Amino acid sequence: MNAAAESTFVADPYAAVGEVVIDCQVNKIFYGDFLAVRDSLVPIEQHKITGFIGPSGCGKSTVLRSLNRMNDLIQVFRFEGSVMYHGQDVYGPKVDPVLVRRYIGMVFQQPNPFSMSIYDNVAFGLRLNRFKGDLDERVQKALERAALWNEVKDKLKNSGLSLSGGQQQRLCIARAIATEPDVLLMDEPCSALDPIATRQVEELMLDLKKNYTLALVTHNMQQATRVADTTAFFSVDISHGGRTGYLVEMGPTAQIFEAPREQLTKDYISGQFS
Amino acid sequence: MSDFDLTKARETARPMPQLARQGFEARALKSGLLTGLTWLAALLAAVPLISVMYLLLVKGGSRLFGADFAEVLTGLPPAGFELGGGIGPAIVGTLVMVGIASVISIPIGILAAIYLGVLEPRSRLANTSRFLAKVLTGFPSIMAGVFVYAVLVIHWGYSAWAGGIALAVLMLRTVVLAAEEAIAQVPQRMKDAAYGMGCTRTQVIWKVVLPTGLPGILTGVLLAVAGAAGESAPLLFTALFSNYFISELSEPTASLSILIYNFSGMPFPNQIELAWTASLVLVLIVLMFNILARLIGQPKV
Ligand SMILES: Nc1ncnc2c1ncn2[C@@H]1O[C@H](COP(=O)(O)OP(=O)(O)OP(=O)(O)O)[C@@H](O)[C@H]1O
Ligand SMILES: [Mg+2]
Repeated sequence: MNAAAESTFVADPYAAVGEVVIDCQVNKIFYGDFLAVRDSLVPIEQHKITGFIGPSGCGKSTVLRSLNRMNDLIQVFRFEGSVMYHGQDVYGPKVDPVLVRRYIGMVFQQPNPFSMSIYDNVAFGLRLNRFKGDLDERVQKALERAALWNEVKDKLKNSGLSLSGGQQQRLCIARAIATEPDVLLMDEPCSALDPIATRQVEELMLDLKKNYTLALVTHNMQQATRVADTTAFFSVDISHGGRTGYLVEMGPTAQIFEAPREQLTKDYISGQFS
Repeated sequence: MSDFDLTKARETARPMPQLARQGFEARALKSGLLTGLTWLAALLAAVPLISVMYLLLVKGGSRLFGADFAEVLTGLPPAGFELGGGIGPAIVGTLVMVGIASVISIPIGILAAIYLGVLEPRSRLANTSRFLAKVLTGFPSIMAGVFVYAVLVIHWGYSAWAGGIALAVLMLRTVVLAAEEAIAQVPQRMKDAAYGMGCTRTQVIWKVVLPTGLPGILTGVLLAVAGAAGESAPLLFTALFSNYFISELSEPTASLSILIYNFSGMPFPNQIELAWTASLVLVLIVLMFNILARLIGQPKV
């Protein structure tokens, strides 16, 4: 396995891609002295769902959160490389990370509604952006798309925290899509959901990609095959003593799952990964 | 099957579980005794408050809930052998000085708590001021009066301002510590969500952290107000006393606690009765703020 890891990085993520909306080129990502991720090219294609898979701790979340500079909130975090978004480097000196996050939204692994009403949760981003149109309509639309409207339409004034875990997660998705971000980053959004809600969220993702671009971290291989157009497989390199994650290979989902080029990918997908 | 006869293996390994309650077992007895003791202790802890309330209601209630309650609440304090009169100036004075103290200490306290809880929780300044606030908690309240006396009263004389500032010094520690606690309890996940929506740090604080921590902050504020309303020592050196309604903030001002102190030492039954009434009013004010704090601090679903 070590030999394979050393010989790798032949991944050609650019093979047969359409228009790239986020072109992420990681040289090194550090948490303090700890090298968390190295040399990975992860282009995110427009109107596609890009799935991130790989063993725990390989840096999927780290890379995902680098795309909209969420990691800036961690003081020891350091990013070397570039994230080109519509021709601008997200890490460029003049870029305001706050504005980046208004275009590149995020859904977290743990549901994290605000302690305010369901309505206010969804309206939060719209109010933040001084939305002038029909707030009620947008809130309803977002809740409908997140497959939550029917469950909450009679109690929009109730606290978002009064919902069940799965409902909270769909509320967070509604909150994130209400502002219609250009790109939506989702870090294991279904890990707290039951199979039915998971299906609903997956359908939502498939619906969203018509207008937006999605990047999705998942531990669920079936989910990746169901929704991801492109799949990026990350792994951990322990050959140099550390535990550094890197992109092993990336390509159309069918190819990654049926004819992976790398032995590591093959092992992981067939469940042989140690 | 015979090799894996689990029932047999279990039976030899340990006896059948006995789940029925064993009333006279030593463990059960000990537990019952401890429960009884804690119950008794809780009852004893409630005795002082209940007896004080009882005493105040008996001794002060007759005037407060009597026919001349309007005069008691609004009238001027009686002189010497005079009958009747009231504690109006003291009620107003206490409210005014607590108001001044609140206006000073609440904004400063909450801003400080934001600094301690969100902006730079681990900086040296934060650690120092947190430590100082905690030290201040154990500080005798009379020191606040002495401090303000030395700094202000010596130059400008006794005044409602000085009284309010002395109370503000005392309120500040409670407000800061309670607000910081409330702010620190806002989960990081919520803040992350707000940053993820594209909030600036200021927006995260105003739109998420403060509203979420508000019940806790208000609880702290109300407890601080209640504490300040009952203080007497700091006012002794700063506001002194007055027999008249306050007309200017820069003159000596009456307060309930000082009125109680003054009147309870007088040889006239009327004044002593008024002291009891003032005590009851003061306790009711303090109690009201405490109950309000409880109501607001209750977690909502
Ligand atoms: N805030 C942080 N500070 C220091 N190290 C971190 C931090 N966050 C993550 N790491 C480290 O970076 C590496 C990658 O973590 P990351 O969360 O990106 O993994 P992941 O692939 O998302 O794992 P999982 O599938 O378990 O979510 C891990 O070794 C982790 O310990
Ligand atoms: Mg993760």
